[in-house]
Amino acid sequence: MAAFLGRRIAQGAVVVALVATIVFLLIRLAPGDPFAASMADPRISESVRNEWRRSYGLDLPISQQYLRYVASVAKGDLGFSFSLQRPVRSVLADALPNTLLLMAVALIASFAAGIAVALAQVRRRGRLSDRVLGGVSLLFFSVPDFWLALLILTLFAYWGPFPIGGAVDPTSHDLLGPAGRIVDRLNHVVLPALTLTLLYFPLIARHQRAALLDELPSDYVTTARSKGLTEKAILSRHTLRNALLPVIALFGLAFPALLTGAVFVEKVFSWPGMGLTIVNAIDSRDYPLLTACVLLGSAFVVAGGILTDLLYRRFDPRLRDEL
Amino acid sequence: MTQPLLSVENLSTWFHTSSGVARSVDGVSFAIGAGETLGIVGESGCGKSVTALSILRLIQPPGRIEAGSRIMFEGKDIVTLDDKGMRGIRGNRISMIFQEPMSALNPVFTVGDQVAEVARVHGNGSRQDAWNRAVEMLSLTGIPSPEERAKQYPHQLSGGMRQRVLIAMALMMTPALIIADEPTTALDVTIQAQILELLVELQNRLGTSILMITHDLGVIAETASRVVVMYGGEVVEEAEVKTLFAGAHHPYTEGLMNAMPQITASRGRLNVIPGTVPSPTEWPSGCRFRDRCSYAWERCEREHPPLYQISGSHTSRCHLAVEPERRAHPHLPLVEQANATV
Repeated sequence: MAAFLGRRIAQGAVVVALVATIVFLLIRLAPGDPFAASMADPRISESVRNEWRRSYGLDLPISQQYLRYVASVAKGDLGFSFSLQRPVRSVLADALPNTLLLMAVALIASFAAGIAVALAQVRRRGRLSDRVLGGVSLLFFSVPDFWLALLILTLFAYWGPFPIGGAVDPTSHDLLGPAGRIVDRLNHVVLPALTLTLLYFPLIARHQRAALLDELPSDYVTTARSKGLTEKAILSRHTLRNALLPVIALFGLAFPALLTGAVFVEKVFSWPGMGLTIVNAIDSRDYPLLTACVLLGSAFVVAGGILTDLLYRRFDPRLRDEL
Repeated sequence: MTQPLLSVENLSTWFHTSSGVARSVDGVSFAIGAGETLGIVGESGCGKSVTALSILRLIQPPGRIEAGSRIMFEGKDIVTLDDKGMRGIRGNRISMIFQEPMSALNPVFTVGDQVAEVARVHGNGSRQDAWNRAVEMLSLTGIPSPEERAKQYPHQLSGGMRQRVLIAMALMMTPALIIADEPTTALDVTIQAQILELLVELQNRLGTSILMITHDLGVIAETASRVVVMYGGEVVEEAEVKTLFAGAHHPYTEGLMNAMPQITASRGRLNVIPGTVPSPTEWPSGCRFRDRCSYAWERCEREHPPLYQISGSHTSRCHLAVEPERRAHPHLPLVEQANATV
């Protein structure tokens, strides 16, 4: 187990380093730079722009820039954001917790809802309620994310008890006690998380339903029936445990979304998360910020893969004996 | 036999598929007494496994037990019992041992947990009681160090061990009847003998009846006292095991007996029954075995044979019972003749 984890983490570190290198090069190959694209002010002369470039080391050959970058990352310094004029580390420290909170709530709710819907469908397989649930899933699966976000925003702007924008209440949050602050944050997370859950659960429900139906003809299901178990117990205990594996794979794939977030939904609900940060970083050619975001993103992809393997081992004892 | 433990009367289980109605089990009747072992023998596709599943009502759609079928067990008709009543019988009064010990166990739960589950469903003790009982049953079926084995997963056990686990599971509630569907088919020959011995020994100790379903007449000879031969979804012959081995009446049973390799016989080609079982969606008219039979004559095509009484409790579904002189004139079966002309 320890050997397995050690090997996977070492492999992951190599992947992250490669991704960081590729992104570092690709960004600089793209047309424009931080001082050409976003600051298109005609009053700033080219010599001033060149002076700025020199102060950030952008006039050096790419190989030297790369070495300087590697050296600073190795020291734990992610650089200084050009566009926000703040250290990258402090930009991430603001945005990352917001996105982690939103996406964790949304992912957990999506998987819980998806699995529950699939179980309900398979229990009534072939009947009207199975088809209705399938139809509703398909509907939410096909809806564009920004449209659903706007719809929910509009609905709750009129009737809802939940705030429709931001991660905290800007006027009262700092005055609240610790418990009040948590409640305030949770209130703000409801609508964006609800939107994301409605968008994500259909995919999980469809996969889970198919996986459950695949398991039903198994011999062990007949054995379970012959023991006198109810269909409900067979489905939610015997079949579900075996049918979870394909959905765990899905979870591993969805895990990096914890970081990148959902740009449109964050935008509609003014959620100050990573999605917005990344879009702004691309827009303004903010090299250090963008490279840091991609570095973190690849680390999440690698972590998602390791987490998937650990979950597989947790749910399928046959995999535990393998290295 | 006064009051049989289980009596199956005119059981028909049909599968209503898009390509027609498969009459897999078509009017089967037999009975099992308390403590008795009845064997059902026949080749693949004869309906013996569907019969077994029908008794526990484990047939899934599009399969259906047809109207007019009766399965009487402990004074109740299983065919018309409600779902709750049926669950009260499954694993409790009648339990089943399956053919493939590999796939019949759920791979993600420990074997002890799966055995204990039976007691958790039917017993009224605690989880711990159920577990202790499971370990006790595993030990009874001859599994060494049962406490440790109970905590292992199916893939960590050998095929023979897994079959012992299934037997322990079947015996948890000391049922009145155990249906063993090809319990030794997937096992090595040496393990087969051990498992059969174990079943017979446990039966003697617990007084359970066994319905032994197999394609292997050797298994029948070792375990059963009476045997039902099935072909084409019907019972074609029923007799005491001794009677059957002394002299089978139905040509199909004869074929099965001849197909058993004899260690004393001179080497040569194995005897086989020509042809294959016809499709259950279109049984032939008259006798369902006639195409493969070396005695068939025009009456066999015209008239579906009833179960004739041969002697005492020996019955056979063959017109030879009323025209025995035809046995002296065997000829090539129809399927062989068709092959010869091609």
